[in-house]
Amino acid sequence: MSDVPRPLKIAGQSVRRRDLVEKVTGAAEYCVDVTMPGMLHAKVVRSDRAHARILEINTGEALAHRGVVAVVTAADLKPLFPRFGHIIADHWILASGKVRYYGEPVALVVAESLADATDAAELVRVDYDDLPAVLDAEEALAAGAALVHEESYPATADDSFKILAGGVHETDASVEDRPTNLAHEVTLEWGDVDQAFADAAVVVESQAGYPMLYAYAMEPYNAVASYGDGELRVVSTAQHPYMVREDLARVFGLPLAKVRVIAPYLGGGYGSKSYTKVEPLAALGSWVTRRPVKLVLDIEESIYTTRVDSAQVQVRSAFAADGTILARAFDIVMDSGAYADNSPLVLAKCVNRCFGPYRVPNLRVRGRSVYTNTAPASSYRGFGAPQGNLAGETNLDRAAEQLGIDPADIRRRNLVAKGESLLPGKRGMDAELVADLDMVVASLERDRRDEPGYGIGFGCAASDAGAFPVSTAQVRIQTDGSVTVLSGSTEMGQGSRSLLAQVAAEELGVDLDQVAVVQSDTAITPYERTTGASRTTTLVGLALQRACADARAKIRQMAAEVAGVSPESVADAPGGVELPDGSTAGFGDVVQRWFGGSAGEVTGIGLLRREGPTQEMPPFWEIGMVGVGVDVDLETGHVVVDQLVTVADVGFAVNPKAVEGQDLGAATQGLGAALYEELVYDGPQLVNANVVDYRVPRMGDLPRKIDLMLAERRDGVGPYGAKGAGEGTLNPIGGAVAAAVARAVGRWPTRLPLTPERVWRLANGIEEDD
Amino acid sequence: MIEAVSFLPITLTVNGVEVTRVVEPRTLLADFVRDDLGLTGTKVSCRLQVCGACTVLVDDLPVSACTYLAVDADGADVRTVEGLSDGENLHPLQEAFVEKFALQCGFCTPGFLMMSKALATENPTADRAEIIEHLEGNICRCTGYRPIVEAVECALARMRKVPSE
Ligand code: FES
Ligand code: FES
Repeated sequence: MSDVPRPLKIAGQSVRRRDLVEKVTGAAEYCVDVTMPGMLHAKVVRSDRAHARILEINTGEALAHRGVVAVVTAADLKPLFPRFGHIIADHWILASGKVRYYGEPVALVVAESLADATDAAELVRVDYDDLPAVLDAEEALAAGAALVHEESYPATADDSFKILAGGVHETDASVEDRPTNLAHEVTLEWGDVDQAFADAAVVVESQAGYPMLYAYAMEPYNAVASYGDGELRVVSTAQHPYMVREDLARVFGLPLAKVRVIAPYLGGGYGSKSYTKVEPLAALGSWVTRRPVKLVLDIEESIYTTRVDSAQVQVRSAFAADGTILARAFDIVMDSGAYADNSPLVLAKCVNRCFGPYRVPNLRVRGRSVYTNTAPASSYRGFGAPQGNLAGETNLDRAAEQLGIDPADIRRRNLVAKGESLLPGKRGMDAELVADLDMVVASLERDRRDEPGYGIGFGCAASDAGAFPVSTAQVRIQTDGSVTVLSGSTEMGQGSRSLLAQVAAEELGVDLDQVAVVQSDTAITPYERTTGASRTTTLVGLALQRACADARAKIRQMAAEVAGVSPESVADAPGGVELPDGSTAGFGDVVQRWFGGSAGEVTGIGLLRREGPTQEMPPFWEIGMVGVGVDVDLETGHVVVDQLVTVADVGFAVNPKAVEGQDLGAATQGLGAALYEELVYDGPQLVNANVVDYRVPRMGDLPRKIDLMLAERRDGVGPYGAKGAGEGTLNPIGGAVAAAVARAVGRWPTRLPLTPERVWRLANGIEEDD
Repeated sequence: MIEAVSFLPITLTVNGVEVTRVVEPRTLLADFVRDDLGLTGTKVSCRLQVCGACTVLVDDLPVSACTYLAVDADGADVRTVEGLSDGENLHPLQEAFVEKFALQCGFCTPGFLMMSKALATENPTADRAEIIEHLEGNICRCTGYRPIVEAVECALARMRKVPSE
């Protein structure tokens, strides 16, 4: 990493993404395409109760069915560690003693064919004794509520959770000794909030409900596992194969080195494939049968496997007459479902992100993640930010209205400046937020129409992103000078495979087509903590730059030895070295001559941890700046998105078109949550656990105008000044749409999605009966 | 409960190659091409005929292979994404999808390509609105759709210039 800016040749170009060719021909291998020799197929038997004691599981009939090899139940878990969960290991692989939600795995039927497994799964009889169930957070928090978990579980030793979650004065109040349905509680406080409210010119109070969502990655959760000889090999749809490896090693009591997790191309992730899902089930099937077992969920089962935390947020903000924020207070309640999974971190992030990228001198946030007898919730793109941001931004817009201040001006007045602290003890703001906002507003105003039913809205977000900065990368220089890049990060559509090739080609001065990238195989590729939080460009990029520098240093040393000159006299050249006599030698030449013959290889290693540029947390702030213009049909409540405007403040776009693609994709998912998407429980069961009734954006919903702008000020810590992208534009979309609709119909919504019925009610002042 | 399972022989052409197999009557075309023929390019997501990921052409018409019985394809000419290019060069639709970044994870892509191929046959001069209407039944969760529309527009324009495609 030299500080001297040099002209970039490959980084910064919208190069053709190499994975796309494989994908358009149908040759790309996804997990669901993977088979293993002698493979069996598994089908999960699921609970049809929200909360019930399991009296008996009768497997006889299923076992007698043609082709059935085993029916696995919690009884088979005895010799194993029966639960997983990287923060709280509370998640039973198969329900033991009782079921905690409709859809919970109770047994696993393993058979020669999927048809046999599916048929036999119908024959497993489970006798239950129903227990009172808590189906939403309010019920779960009520005094005397039925308990989802009677016991508390010791936290796992993952101390980086604390560092990731950490704001100041944060107290982790997981209740250990008095069991309630509170899964996790986080508070964040500074200043004298009560005094500030007492001194305020205006106090604005509002609430916002963020819907229960399903990420709908089109490839459902699936895995193929093979256990034998004290080794476990799993191919799965995991975003973070290394984290899954840890869970599996704990479950089966195996050394990490004996657990191999491979993640091929992922058919979408968006955070929903973070952490362990179906891998323990597939592995358990193989452990029992000693044959490879494949488990593919359908979409309904995937919805019941992981959904998004819904949230109810109460906000109070105190303002001076000129719109300066004096204090903010938030109360967040998240419905996290039957198991904690990653919800504690989602909650902590929501707490850090709810008050927006503003100067808030006095702040009090209380967040609670609550167990309910519903499908477990976990990470989703944006990580708590969309839930919190909706509440904070809507409150700010309402304040602007009450104070008679332009909504852009109230933001300009309060946005933190570059370098200014947003969260005490954290990295100062590394972006120019007012400039970004101005770009959004200018574009929106250009095409705004002053007509009844038309409204614009915009929003700002800043997320402490990037996750924990631990990353490793390797480059292997071959005898012909071509380069293999190894990274544990996962290609889930975001384009990391192509991006890493660009960085390596740039650093080593070789052609892009001389670089191959191998990813996400814990037995082959070096450690990568996670692929999420928009971290790959910045953190893996840095590790890869270091690996390239290491390879170059080794090659210079070897060239010096071969030529009999001092290493200091050898200089770098594109694709090779320059010797003191002015001659150059390619990488391949040097490798071949040093080893002798035409053999050999040189490996460069890059390690990244919390030090130097990545000492301060977060590694970067991920900015979300968006605006929308909507046309509301006041008769029907139907909302058409007329304008979608985004600014991606990415520091430097290694592949600008790929960044644009991420932005439009994230914004579109945000529009889905704002206008259409919501999982609805009616009693113990979801009424819309399918893609027919759970409506996601379709092509006909395309906004009329889409303006995707890039702000590249090279102000990130990543390669060439890059910062992460991929979530930012999702985070503020909900608030922007809520404001636009409010301005179009004259009343402020208190929950998303803004379905035609809700908008019609809002326009006509008719309460929702719910 | 052990039921007797009957199997039926079917003969069909898949990507220009004639194949004969014996299948269970309930076998779906998507599972047949993926599992029996190893043509895993065709993807399955919703299994409810609403996402379009599994779209293949049967006698040039697009069908959702997730709800189409393999036995109903007996005697038909089936084309999957693997049969779109001539093996050397990408089909103009494939080329345009790559150029325009019309995919990210790629899971929806085979379905979009086959659906677009049907449009190219049926209405080679389709305009933007017609493209959007034709592709309304295909879901993409990654791209936000605009690059897909652009890719299809671009491919149709190129195919009009070189009508042999
Ligand atoms: S899988 Fe066939 S339409 Fe969705
Ligand atoms: S590219 Fe991922 S769903 Fe379309």
